[in-house]
Amino acid sequence: MAFGATDTDIATESEARAMTGNEAIARGVWEAGAKVAAAYPGTPSTEILEALALYPEDDIAAQWSINEKVALDTAIGASFGGVRAFAAMKHVGLNVAADALMSQSYIGANGGLVIAVCDDPGIHSSQNEQDTRLFARMALVPVLEPSDQQEALDYTRLAFEVSERFDTPVILRGSTRLSHSRGKIWTGSRSTDEPKPFLERPDKNVMIPAHARARHPVALERERLIGDWLVEAGLTRREDGPDGATDRVGYITAGPAYTYLREILPDAPVLKLGASYPLPTGLIEEFVASYDRVLVVEELEGVIEESVRVRGIAVEGKAYFPRTGELSPEMVRAGLVAAGVLAPPEKTEAPIEFEPLIRPPLLCAGCPHSTCYLALRSANARVMGDIGCYTLAVVEPLSAIDTCVAMGSGIANAAGLAKAGTESKPIVATIGDSTFMHSGITPLIDAVYNNANITVFILDNHITAMTGGQDHPGTGKTLRGKETHKVDYEALVRAIGVTWVQQIDSYDVANVQRVLGDAIDHRGVSVIISDRPCVLDPVRIKGPAMTVVPDDCTACQACMNLGCPAITWSDEWHDGRHRVEIDQTLCIGCSLCAQLCAPGGIIPAADAPVALS
Amino acid sequence: MSGTAPTNVLIVGVGGQGVIMVSKVLAELCISQGLNVKQSEVHGMAKRGGAVFSHVRYGDTIHSPTIPKGEVDILVAMEWAEALRWLGHLRPGGILIADTQRIVPPFACLNRERGADRRYTLETPPEILELVATGHAFDAGGMARDLGNERASNTIILGALSTTLDFPADAWLEIIRKAVPPKTVEVNERAFAAGRAWVETTDTEVEPYSVKAEIPAAPKVARLHPDLIIRDAWCKSCDICVKMCPERCLALDEREIVVLTNPDACTGCRLCEWLCPDFAISVALRETERVAAE
Ligand SMILES: Cc1ncc(C[n+]2csc(CCOP(=O)(O)OP(=O)(O)O)c2C)c(N)n1
Ligand code: SF4
Ligand code: SF4
Repeated sequence: MAFGATDTDIATESEARAMTGNEAIARGVWEAGAKVAAAYPGTPSTEILEALALYPEDDIAAQWSINEKVALDTAIGASFGGVRAFAAMKHVGLNVAADALMSQSYIGANGGLVIAVCDDPGIHSSQNEQDTRLFARMALVPVLEPSDQQEALDYTRLAFEVSERFDTPVILRGSTRLSHSRGKIWTGSRSTDEPKPFLERPDKNVMIPAHARARHPVALERERLIGDWLVEAGLTRREDGPDGATDRVGYITAGPAYTYLREILPDAPVLKLGASYPLPTGLIEEFVASYDRVLVVEELEGVIEESVRVRGIAVEGKAYFPRTGELSPEMVRAGLVAAGVLAPPEKTEAPIEFEPLIRPPLLCAGCPHSTCYLALRSANARVMGDIGCYTLAVVEPLSAIDTCVAMGSGIANAAGLAKAGTESKPIVATIGDSTFMHSGITPLIDAVYNNANITVFILDNHITAMTGGQDHPGTGKTLRGKETHKVDYEALVRAIGVTWVQQIDSYDVANVQRVLGDAIDHRGVSVIISDRPCVLDPVRIKGPAMTVVPDDCTACQACMNLGCPAITWSDEWHDGRHRVEIDQTLCIGCSLCAQLCAPGGIIPAADAPVALS
Repeated sequence: MSGTAPTNVLIVGVGGQGVIMVSKVLAELCISQGLNVKQSEVHGMAKRGGAVFSHVRYGDTIHSPTIPKGEVDILVAMEWAEALRWLGHLRPGGILIADTQRIVPPFACLNRERGADRRYTLETPPEILELVATGHAFDAGGMARDLGNERASNTIILGALSTTLDFPADAWLEIIRKAVPPKTVEVNERAFAAGRAWVETTDTEVEPYSVKAEIPAAPKVARLHPDLIIRDAWCKSCDICVKMCPERCLALDEREIVVLTNPDACTGCRLCEWLCPDFAISVALRETERVAAE
């Protein structure tokens, strides 16, 4: 596994272990000797920093930042200081960090600067499926694309070297499949280079127009050099297959698409690119010249295909493979059939198919968000949502979110809607505590400044829940679990200039309704802060379960409006409708359903007649 | 470049059930046996009670981390409807191992019409077992409860799975002991044995966990149309009915008197009639000729 004469020769001191792509990236960051790592959580990238926090604090400062831009700027600062530095984010996180990236590309890197950006083809857990490789091309920043866990580690190490050698930030592009797949890999040891001194060169580090004009051509020049160097380093390689076995069709691919292609065509001639920007033009020309026909197999956009074609080299690709969704061996096979290089599969027995049960993800049993949306639905509010677990309130039965654009959009969306003057319903923005920290504070200042008539509902469940329970400045804990200053939301909101602020307990259903009514009646910006911990993180909350007394259940369905996954229809009927029952293993005993049950049919299981509990 | 074909195990279930735990145990086992392995799952949204799956592939050379459709050797389902969702991924001659417990999501209980039933898979285990070459479908959840730990159903499933793969039982147990909370090692050991026994024995002891075919049918009910009778003069605008109506079809109008805003949504549950402190609302149910919902 040597990459030529580089410092990433890790064949020595190796040890095999099973790691996810994210763990492998973290390992690569640590092995590369990085001193500072920062990130804002985002599926599928979250576990990279969580894994880094398992390495000694003396080796690496690993921390959560308030958002992706702050994470990247933190890493940039460390790079200025001459140490290797790292930032991680999901694909849409790069939109937030883009401003810094675009200029840093001109500035370069003193200590190696690597940004892991994890795409989400197929949109398993995101708001879109943008292709980071297009971003890299725009920023003139190389983008390395590992195809499996071993490469995730090796490329990460190598990315730092590319960064220092060519004076550029480097993007390591992951994907959901890579991040969350586990594979057996060989690890190495940590390299320990001395930090470089701060480079006192304002012409390079201070991006005023005169300096930037001079740096832009420098960034363009390194394009050519890097593409060729990746070939020398063995990252980009020709796999021509067994001698004489060629069917005159060659393939160019990169990233996880390589594994799908190999699954279908284990012996086909492949040019496997280690980076889809910059490209090794010479090698591509040679490869294409060796075959009658060359197909590019890549996930999402035809980034490689287009870049190759604009150089006047004839290749095909997106005519046969989709531009949306996640690739799979099946889709690669279908594309190859469409391209006429594989014979259509023989008709075999049709697989046994059933109409799948609709099972969308749900708010947890006892989720403190549920009553807030129950109240919003009752208030018939126009709800400008945001991103987090609470976005799940968009589906029935809560069905109480009208919009969701991007992290932190809701508040300004609400203010804009209010200014439009077309909405007759009360306008409410809902935003989670972590999202509020990420990008909700500035639009709230703006709404006060411009005197928008809106209500802002901050859903404080004391954690970043959607991504699996990460701390943030509102929780008072760091990534490494250390106590730190805890932001006081009410004081913060008042300091911004909001005069109407109330904290509520979202487990008090009647009070949530009452306070929401008052907040809506207030003219100008009103803020409600709901205050109840998430039931999953940081600790799993489980109280004594509730139960339904069947004879007392009138099957009115009021409790079903919560969408609590512990409540479901029982086999009993009343007046033409299903009675309900509570799954004792799922119920956490929050009592919300009991508060909604007018006949009092829901009681603690411990109080129930023995036959019931 | 190609070696012998890998063994493909697809593990499926509902978020929170332990699909990931089961697949991790299998992956760790493969590593401990010196095999190459790839395991692939998806986090995030899928975890919150949604459908969850994990691919495990092991052998000499493995390329794709996901199993191509129709090439699954063993489908392990921890919930009944999830077994059916993925059945088409099984290769001809593949093995199905399924827990028959049913987790009915709130989404399947949305239809508020009189006589409406759950929208849950109607196929029964005996019908499905007819369709696959080898199938084991049993109530692992019930078995775990009787062993004294609901969570042990995962280990029961692992026990059943262990009978279909070529690893020694001791190697499985060694990994399982490390994967479960220390206090539950003993019950998990029994659970593993119980899972194995279910597949390997045919005596009557396992009978209670074989699954009954029938799913109770919905009663036929007459279609009734609710009429709301509101006595304006008696309404004192207290808002109780508006707040409590499960169908959210009441509102106070500009006179602050209750009105029915969405007659189609009203199911005639009578909650407003019962809750109104001033008897301002009554519900009358009128027969219509429409037939009962399916
Ligand atoms: C720009 C961007 N960064 C990160 C994410 C990933 N992400 C989705 S929701 C969320 C935060 C959720 O936390 P919070 O607002 O507290 O709501 P909760 O899930 O706790 O209800 C994150 C980090 C994203 N979608 N977009
Ligand atoms: S993880 Fe927490 S915030 Fe998310 S749905 Fe569950 S209880 Fe609610
Ligand atoms: S008390 Fe009711 S609402 Fe709360 S978790 Fe239990 S069943 Fe769900």
